Order: sequence, then structure tokens, then C-alpha cells
Amino acid sequence: MMATVLEVEGVRKHFGGISAVDGVSFTVEEGEILGIIGPNGCGKSTLFNCILGQLAPTAGRVRLDGMDVTGMKPEQMNSLGVSRTFQLLQVFPELSVRENLILAGQEHRGTMLSRLFGARDAGLTAAADHMIGFFRLQHLSDVRAGGLSYGQQKLLDAAMAFMAGPRLVLLDEPAGGVNLTMLGDLKERLKAMNAEAGATFVVIEHNMDFVMSLCNRVVVMAEGKVLAVGTPAEVRANPAVIEAYLGH
Amino acid sequence: MNTSRFDAVFATLVLGAVILWFAPAGMGRYGTYVLSLWLVTAVAVMGLNLTLGIAGLKSLAQAAFMGIGAYATALLTTKAGIGWFPAFAISGVLCFAAGLLLGFPALRVKAHYLAFVTLAFSTLVWLVLRNEQWLTGGVFGISNIPRPVVFGVKTDNALPFHRFVVVVTLVLALILWWLVRSPWGRAFLALRENPVRAASLGVNIRAYTLLAFAIGSAYAGFAGALYAPLVEFIDPSPFQLSASFFLLLMVVAGGSGYQLGPFVGALLGVVLPEWLRFTGGIYLIIFAAIVIGLLIACPQGVLGLLERGWTAVRRRPLGSNPPAKETA
Repeated sequence: MMATVLEVEGVRKHFGGISAVDGVSFTVEEGEILGIIGPNGCGKSTLFNCILGQLAPTAGRVRLDGMDVTGMKPEQMNSLGVSRTFQLLQVFPELSVRENLILAGQEHRGTMLSRLFGARDAGLTAAADHMIGFFRLQHLSDVRAGGLSYGQQKLLDAAMAFMAGPRLVLLDEPAGGVNLTMLGDLKERLKAMNAEAGATFVVIEHNMDFVMSLCNRVVVMAEGKVLAVGTPAEVRANPAVIEAYLGH
Repeated sequence: MNTSRFDAVFATLVLGAVILWFAPAGMGRYGTYVLSLWLVTAVAVMGLNLTLGIAGLKSLAQAAFMGIGAYATALLTTKAGIGWFPAFAISGVLCFAAGLLLGFPALRVKAHYLAFVTLAFSTLVWLVLRNEQWLTGGVFGISNIPRPVVFGVKTDNALPFHRFVVVVTLVLALILWWLVRSPWGRAFLALRENPVRAASLGVNIRAYTLLAFAIGSAYAGFAGALYAPLVEFIDPSPFQLSASFFLLLMVVAGGSGYQLGPFVGALLGVVLPEWLRFTGGIYLIIFAAIVIGLLIACPQGVLGLLERGWTAVRRRPLGSNPPAKETA
């Protein structure tokens, strides 16, 4: 039987009188790829921010491997093996592709002091180059990240989330703005990462084909609430989902 | 950020130190003094370059920290009779601690607000230096500050003291060069470029912000500890708010974030006005015009300009090479 990695229970987030997230509960099992879909403004990104400590939830609990991690800081969550990407692209433009990846892994190596006196690359050059190879960015290793195309930066962004060998990765719209060729690449790389490294994913996405072909299970959100949960086929056949997406 | 560029920085620092060791030959006392003052100023600018140029934290208190270092060294070497080396270390530690404390607001406030906090600190330090006569001598300052004795050699004359400053500056510059190359340097850069993303990658924003502030301030303390015996008499005026602005200008003019930027910036700030003295009363106007012109031409400072030129020169002979392949 698979273990539950993440458990979200009754999470709410209010901004003034508006509830962006209104009592959301779901679980993420080890090794699965869970999709979260829903119309714009239904609270998906806010939910991510509540899970990862960017925002403190108004109510509800978040558990990682059974441990209560509600309200922990982002860097603490990361040190527990949870990493993420952001909806808007977030790489470090002035650093090279390799330096971006080393940065993404270095804080998981040793202590502050050992990093100060240790190797300049924190012993991560080989791991970074492996990740660069995995995402097929070899020809760009020494290029400034800011000089990459949008799609390439998206790949780098995802690669950075995997650099520390995380237990759980939350991807916020990884396919947003990525062209079709690159999209196939990205999906195939994420699937490979899931199969080879046993990484568990939660993916927020608008691109239906992308979600339906990538995810094992899908959570559908609408107006801050969970509308349906199930396999891609179940969700697609659910009348409530069809109504939310296609209108009355 | 490849290794070779940093090795070039290392070579430049060592070569520069060798040249400056011999440079004052035939320059006379005043010329030697100006060279030493350039290096001492560069140490303070180096610290601010770490805080602002690399970690992106806006501080307007660098001259105040330099004042803390200068007064600590002056008091310890004149009144307490302590040697220069321990006084130097204490000055650095004192500024490190003060920087750590002042760094706490930096965790809560960003950009302009942080600048205001440091501005208030700057004013506070200046008031203490001017008003607490029992300690600082007030506007009369502290005089007869001794110069250090190094391995039994007195550095009372301009030349030996200059050489002493060259060695200390080199050591401090190399330590910072190494720090910026370490994973810490990478984390400091991440702090400047995107703190939210950095935190999501496990970078301890709190610790690195405080450290950047504290180390940058300690360098101002070290600069102060060199400044006091260089001028042999200190009063509060060189540590006013305007001096902090001037140090900030040197960071930007030299090339914010560039390792050698502080030396170029301090050269513009300290030596250029001396060279312009022949123009008489209008030298400050000319100086200001040069700096404004430079910043319009290249906001990345002199070293940004050089790098741009160097990239252009290197590209031309290899012009036949296609640009990096785009797969997207």
C-alpha cells in the first residue's frame, strides 16, 4: 500500500471578506502525479502558497508524512524535501544555467559553515550537469539563464525544483506559455522523473491535454472549493465538472 | 560567473598590490597619503559592494560604520594603550555586531524603508560622535593616533605605512574575493535577484541577509581602523551622512557587484578630485559632470562599461560563429 505524502485538510484562506480557498481537502500518495485544475481565480495558486508557507492559511492543517507543517516557512518546507516552481517564471537571470542548479541544491549540503569553507560548487557540479543532461540543456550549461528562451527557462525552472532530490514537487502551471514542441518534451521529462526518481508531483495546469495525459488523479476546483476528485477519465465524465467548464 | 573571470580578479588584486607597493617612489608625502586614502576608502566601498552590489540591500550607513571603526581604533590605541592589531580586530567585530543588529529591520522592511532605517542610524552615530565629548572628544576629535608597529618595524613615515595599508587591503580583498566565490556568494546573489524563489530553494533568507549586512559593515570597521592611523587625527565630519552617500556613489560608479568595482569607484571618488585640483574652484563641478556622464553612458559603472567593451572585442574575431542554438 502506498503511503500518503501530503495531506491537506480543510484549508481556508480569506483575504478580507473574500475566501480565495474555502475548505479544501485532498491527499497526495507517494509516487503519484496529482493534477489540480479549475477556472482562473478558483484559488489554485493561493492553495499552493498556503501549503508551502508563502501564505499562512486562515484555517485548516497541512501534513507532510503525517507531520503537521501548517504555517512553516518556505525554506523550512524546502529543507523537509518539498520544492516548487512558480506560475511566473523564476530563475536567476544573472547566473548561468549550471550556477542556477548548483544554487538550487547547495543549501541541502552540509551546514552554513561547511558551505563557507567547502568547495565553491558545494560538490554539485556533477549533479547539476546530470540534471542539465536530463532536461537536455547541455548546449546551454554556461549561458546566462536570462539569455534563454522562455521555454528553456521553464525547463530550467522545473530542473531546479528537482535538484535537491525532493520528496514532493509542486509545479504551478509548468506548461504555461510553452510552445507545443517544448510541451511534449516537458511532459515526457516529468514522466521520466516520476518513473526513475520516484518523485511525487502536484501539478496546477490549465492545459487539459497536458493534465489528462500526465496525471494519475485530478482534483477539480471551483470558487475555492473542491468540485471533484478522480482519475482523468472519471473527472472528464463528471457532470459538475462539465458544467463548471462549459457553463450552464 | 565562470572560474576564469575570478582568477583574473585574483591576478589583478595581487599584481595591483605589487605595483602599489612600489608606486609611491618619488611621489612625496602627500601623493603617498592620497594613494593610501584611496585603498582605505576602497575597503569601505568593498563592504558596501557586498551589502548593496551583491546582496542588494540598500544601506546608507557605511560611513557611520567606518566612524565606529575609526573611533574604536583611535580610543583603544590612544587611551587604552592597546596595539593596532587587536584594535583593528575589535573594530571589525564591533561593526559586525552593529551590522547584525541593524540587519534585523532589513528582514522586515525592504528597499527604501531599509534605506531610511540606516539613514536614521547614520544620524544617530554622528550625533553620538559629536555630542558625547567625554568619550569621543566631540568636535575637537581625537589626535595623536599612533601608527602600528609591524614585526618591530615602525610605520610612522608615509611610505612604510602606505605599504602596510597595501598588504592589509590585499588580504581583505582576497578574503572577500573568496567569500563571493563560495556558495555564500551565490546565496547573496540569489537574495538580490529573487528572494522569494531563493527561499523556496531552501536559502535561509534571514541568515544570509544578516550576514551580508554584518560582513559589509565589518569591512567599514576595518576601513575605519586603517583610516584613524592614516590621518592621525579624527573628528566626526568624515563620517556624516553625506559621506555614506559618497561611498554609495563609488559602489555604483565603479560597477555595482563587480569584485574590482570598489577600487575603480574609490579611485574616482578619492584620486580624481586630486587630479582635478589644477582646475581650481570648479573641480567639484567637473567631477560631478564626469560621474553623471558615466552613469548615463553606463549604469553598470566603469567595470560594466569595460565588460561590455571586452565582450564586443572578443565577439568580433569570432563573428562567423553562430549564436547559441535555440531549441524553442
